[in-house]
Amino acid sequence: MAIHWTKYSAPSAFYPMAGRSLPWLAAGTLLLTAVGVYMGLFSAPTDYKQGEAYRIMFIHVPAAWMSMWLYIVMAAYAGLGLVYNTRMAHMLAAATAPTGAIFAFLALWTGAFWGRPMWGAWWVWDARLTSELILFFLYLGVMALRAAIDDRQRADRASALLALVGVVNVPIIYFSVKWWNTLHQGATIDFSGSKMDRSMLWPMLILTVAFWLYSFVTIFLRARCEILERERHAEWVGELLDNRG
Amino acid sequence: MKPRQKRFALVAIGLVALAGAGTLVVNAMRSNLVFFFSPSDVMEGKAPHNKAFRLGGLVEAGSVQRQADGLTVHFVVTDMKKSVPVAYKGILPDMFSEGQGAVAQGRMGADGTFTASEVLAKHDEKYMPPEVADALERAGKDPSKGQHPGGQPGGMPSGMQNGGA
Amino acid sequence: MAEFFHMGGYGLYVWGSYGVVAVFLALELIFLARRKQALLERLTALREMEEDKS
Repeated sequence: MAIHWTKYSAPSAFYPMAGRSLPWLAAGTLLLTAVGVYMGLFSAPTDYKQGEAYRIMFIHVPAAWMSMWLYIVMAAYAGLGLVYNTRMAHMLAAATAPTGAIFAFLALWTGAFWGRPMWGAWWVWDARLTSELILFFLYLGVMALRAAIDDRQRADRASALLALVGVVNVPIIYFSVKWWNTLHQGATIDFSGSKMDRSMLWPMLILTVAFWLYSFVTIFLRARCEILERERHAEWVGELLDNRG
Repeated sequence: MKPRQKRFALVAIGLVALAGAGTLVVNAMRSNLVFFFSPSDVMEGKAPHNKAFRLGGLVEAGSVQRQADGLTVHFVVTDMKKSVPVAYKGILPDMFSEGQGAVAQGRMGADGTFTASEVLAKHDEKYMPPEVADALERAGKDPSKGQHPGGQPGGMPSGMQNGGA
Repeated sequence: MAEFFHMGGYGLYVWGSYGVVAVFLALELIFLARRKQALLERLTALREMEEDKS
């Protein structure tokens, strides 16, 4: 089936599409979160070395993956916006940053709560933790830059540029545990396979999909707000407001 | 707050965030990218002299000796080529055990003993239920040595080896 | 049940992680829902004002 992606680069087409998808995305998020948390806390077995503490991994790893993935998504929209000068791309980049920042923060937070009992430290300045902290600051920088410039077009372009420059940090985070000596352990899942029992792998993968769907929900919600704010003088927005009664 | 002041404040916040990120990057580039030195590094003189640094490796099996005071611990950190004796007084993390990875912060003494002020445990990237670990052990495979699903070819036992690089 | 919350002695860390994640994700959704509601009300009021003028 050919989907006409360019169709949704028009805010007037994106807004109702996002509205129609939201109930399904929200239902999927709820369902998968419930299943993933149940499996992670109840049915997954105790780890042979880390005991129950390893259960933090089921939310730590998905949060960390999402923080990196959403940065790539944000940078891709920023790039599209710069090259094709489309408003919708910039709006989606703006809508992605806060959710990405939240996941980066949660990855750091859950990491600290995992590191304290296992390593003996809440925080260490190794390459993996430091580069993830930089990712968090990059999200904040992109958001602050956008908020600081009143002129919409200039705000779009400036923050898009920063988002694009910062994307080099994503491979640094990913490969940090290979390139340098770190306290953080290496990747459990890489292209050669997984070093985890299946009963533990499933809850982690399910919660990853749940967090991804959650990101769709928040990004669509935020993008709809962005559209209403920026396009309030458009005829279709006027009709939409009139129909609200 | 006037719009101009608000804008100024936001630009300032943005700049501080950027400066903070930049400082962290530069700082990381300078020294922290190498989080620890291996016993081989120490023997080859790559670790800093007369300065505190981190020593990382596996805690050699059978090397942990607790002193009568219950706080002082002696153990040997090894990378399978070279090893360094370590003395530490304090509380060890839960994951600290023989055959596991550990990273100690401290100084080299004149007698060749590394005196640690802090010891962190490093765990590997493998997760499995105890039954599976037992079964692997019964089959003559050390569960921490990477035969489990992914598998790592040779080299240092996991725990200190990152990634699969 | 108490054993479940105890998490083999790691209760503080496990629940400190799951709890904060749940609170942040729920708060983000609540803020977004309120932002949308406030925005619709503001824009509707603006539009009515503009229509009254013309």
